[in-house]
Amino acid sequence: MHHKKKLYSVAAMAAAAALTLTACGGGDDGGDGGGDGDSVRIGIKYDQPGLGFSDGGEYTGFDVDVAKYVAGELGYSEDQIEWVEAPSANRENMLQNNQVDMIFATYSITDARKETVDFAGPYFVAGQDLLVRADDDSINGPEDLDGKNLCSVTGSTSAENVREEVPGVNLVEQSGYADCVTMLGSGGVDAVTTDDIILAGLASTDANQGQFRVVGNTFSEEKYGVGLPKGSDQCEDINAAIEKMIDDGAWEDALTSNTEGADYQYNTELNPPTPEACAS
Amino acid sequence: MSSYFADFASLFEQFDVFQAFWVNIQLTFFAAIGSMLLGTVLALMRVSPIASMRWLGAGYVNIIRNTPLTIILVFLVLGVWSQLQINLSSDFNQNFFRYAVIGLAIYHAAFVCEAIRSGVNTVPVGQAEAARAIGLGFLPSARLIIFPQALRGAITPLGNTLIALTKNTTVAAAASVTEISALMKSMIEFRPDVIIAVFLTVAIGFVLIVVPVGLLTTWASRKFAVVR
Repeated sequence: MHHKKKLYSVAAMAAAAALTLTACGGGDDGGDGGGDGDSVRIGIKYDQPGLGFSDGGEYTGFDVDVAKYVAGELGYSEDQIEWVEAPSANRENMLQNNQVDMIFATYSITDARKETVDFAGPYFVAGQDLLVRADDDSINGPEDLDGKNLCSVTGSTSAENVREEVPGVNLVEQSGYADCVTMLGSGGVDAVTTDDIILAGLASTDANQGQFRVVGNTFSEEKYGVGLPKGSDQCEDINAAIEKMIDDGAWEDALTSNTEGADYQYNTELNPPTPEACAS
Repeated sequence: MSSYFADFASLFEQFDVFQAFWVNIQLTFFAAIGSMLLGTVLALMRVSPIASMRWLGAGYVNIIRNTPLTIILVFLVLGVWSQLQINLSSDFNQNFFRYAVIGLAIYHAAFVCEAIRSGVNTVPVGQAEAARAIGLGFLPSARLIIFPQALRGAITPLGNTLIALTKNTTVAAAASVTEISALMKSMIEFRPDVIIAVFLTVAIGFVLIVVPVGLLTTWASRKFAVVR
């Protein structure tokens, strides 16, 4: 009997370890859920140049700039911000498990996501677009993709969209957009597809400048929101901060400086957006 | 709670989970054959009397075994396919499937080789000496005397390698093969409301595939063990 009990506790430990591993993502699980604690934990991408990028301890990009502005408006100075990496697949989990206080990570507002998390914003309306080689003028929109090789990220909304939009396309799925851009450069694929601002960020890195062109013919609407834990009371304040950022010109500055050298113009019909009403 | 189960059930209508698992099983099947063939040749090289062959075999095993599988697959797709533009099939998706099988076979051949070599070590040296004494050369004695016994002694480690291979087929997503881990990413992207159910589905699916392999291995290793 004693033996059996031991077995149970080992099993429980294994289960606990598995849960901790699933919730990986770094950052300590501090107890305070934001508000006027001494720091704020913000989830961003670390691998998306132009939006959220970790460059040897420096964090750059449009998401980062908006996050800094909003945090400033909420009363946090820049050194009170604790940056946490929030990969796409982990975002809901990180909010639900209280690993971050808010997420600025190309996080599209969707109804399915609203079931588990709250959103403030949007602070930008992106659209799915194509990145092609600068000297390639044969592709100017999704209608030119039939029979062409196209790259996107495994399991992403962009990959699924384009599969429906252009059934004749040869879709290569890679683990990250950087791999896709490598393929585009070496000629394995003819275009890379995802949200226009992500493509612009990729095309504006030092290594890629001048080599690629964002087509500028968007065929979807992705509203980038600020991910918050369900029932958060900060949505209104964040929306006010976003509106202020747009009004005083900081929003426009952040956008231009982060997509410099990419030959990119954001969709001015949809931007700058007006934040939506907060849930409940 | 019942609505959660309803959501969970709708997952199977929205995504073809069984088809995705079937791709993993196909990857396992073909890569197992490939790695078994390559691994046997490597094991032969490693126990051969020719020094350069032994070095070659040992070099392969040490390099490939210590290279992450993802690196091998990414190299095949980014380097060999995209850069060198080598197509293995005129069908676009079949091309990546074949690259994935090759990558998996190359990687697991190193483990198969070591499993068989451990099997060779279970064969008493007297068997080899007796084979030489009746005038058999290296290859005939390996084929007729040593390897039949070695393979029977290597069933358990080979089974472990097969189990590892089965689970490693999920890395084929890196080679643009739409298998279960790629489908899981889609499911997380589109159905974050049932994220726990998504993980459990994939985990239970693998348990259902792998447990019979383990049971079969245990049974076979008992049944075919060389009684000494």
